[in-house]
Amino acid sequence: MIPAPFDYVRPADLDAALKILSEREGEAKLISGGYSLLPLMKLRLAQPGLLVDLRDVGGLDGIVETDDELRIGARATHRKIHENAIVGRYPLLHDVSGGIGDPQVRNWGTIGGSVAHADPASDWPAALLAASATVVCRGLGGERLIPARDFFLDTFLTAIEPTEVLTEIRFRRRPRGQGGSYVKLERRVGDFATAGVATVIRLADGGTIGYAGIGVTGVSGSPFAATDAEAELTGKAPSEELFGAAARAAAAMSQPTADVRGPVDYKRAMVAELTLRSLRKAVELALAYA
Amino acid sequence: MTNQHISLTVNGQTHEADVEPRLLLVHLLRDVFGLTGTHIGCDTSNCGACTVHVDGESAKSCTMLAVQADGRSIKTIEGMADGANLHALQQAFWDQHGLQCGFCTPGMIMQSAWLLEQNPDPTETEIRAGISGNLCRCTGYVNIVKSIQQAAGTLAEGASAPVVAAATVEGQAVSAEPAAAG
Repeated sequence: MIPAPFDYVRPADLDAALKILSEREGEAKLISGGYSLLPLMKLRLAQPGLLVDLRDVGGLDGIVETDDELRIGARATHRKIHENAIVGRYPLLHDVSGGIGDPQVRNWGTIGGSVAHADPASDWPAALLAASATVVCRGLGGERLIPARDFFLDTFLTAIEPTEVLTEIRFRRRPRGQGGSYVKLERRVGDFATAGVATVIRLADGGTIGYAGIGVTGVSGSPFAATDAEAELTGKAPSEELFGAAARAAAAMSQPTADVRGPVDYKRAMVAELTLRSLRKAVELALAYA
Repeated sequence: MTNQHISLTVNGQTHEADVEPRLLLVHLLRDVFGLTGTHIGCDTSNCGACTVHVDGESAKSCTMLAVQADGRSIKTIEGMADGANLHALQQAFWDQHGLQCGFCTPGMIMQSAWLLEQNPDPTETEIRAGISGNLCRCTGYVNIVKSIQQAAGTLAEGASAPVVAAATVEGQAVSAEPAAAG
């Protein structure tokens, strides 16, 4: 399969890339690893007139912790994130980065690419939603901070402007009493998730749930935050009964379609089960990091 | 659409080409450079038959543009043997019958080589995870895993071989075997 013809440029820095995006607005697409975009271009579902390769744009792949945030550069590969010592202290992000695609995909695919691509069954968006992360986009006019919960609009559709570059993802720095987990169901290793559930649980003093974030992927037009499930959990003490109620709420919010990965009822049931498992793990890790 | 001039190293040899931006790396290797050892299987980033090394990292060459490889160093299956001497992985796939139809083999060997560079003494679980991006529809993977285990053992011996006498190497090989199998 051969992509439709396009022009190709490799700008030397971010400003040059932004200028090109403005001049060729709507026509240009960014490429980094290419593991999301190229398959679409080969199927001719995407036919950009110009491909802007970010390879020479430096400073976009750092992983740093500030006083209150973990900041991951958009061009950090899944593998680099998974092997990073700082990220090792963030179980949700460590889980997600180690389970995307296969080793070759993780060698080249980037977090920014996955997030900007916004496949309805992709892994990173679920994690960003669960963690209430912030997506940083840069345009010629400056930087824009977009809450993850306002970012994923629909299938392959995000809040990023065609003249912007996604530069960074920011997570709240992990405080004591917080745990996270990502559990997904795949037909085989490397396949897109039939369903996946990311959770972040922060325990308040006294052991009740102070923050509950649940991101669900694979079972809707785009990954979504299971806000009904989060509302069930918030302010209450963790228990199997409570997890069950949250799991049912997450399943009820899902809008799966029947396909080769299974019928609607099956997928809903899997969302409930995955939510349950993800919550158990997140709470266990939150308690272990008290 | 404007062609791009690219220069890259393939198996240690410098190549230049004028290419359409849409040319895939695998087509550059096979159709322009004549290196047909790299196979196209699924052409959708799933099967791994087209796996090569790009700057030392395994990559699916059907999911990389030739222009993205500009200035980089590529290694393909043709670069594995040293003249008539097969690479330890090639020998091991032969010895252990790690292939039937052979279509997945070049990609499987390139991915295994990358895996053993990252992790010279992998467990069976680590081997299976390491080749999870490479599909084989014949073998059921059992003999592929055995092949990679044998190669890991051979490469480990090779690493210590040059400084010791042949008899000692043999002795080491025997004592090292349980560890390699475990």
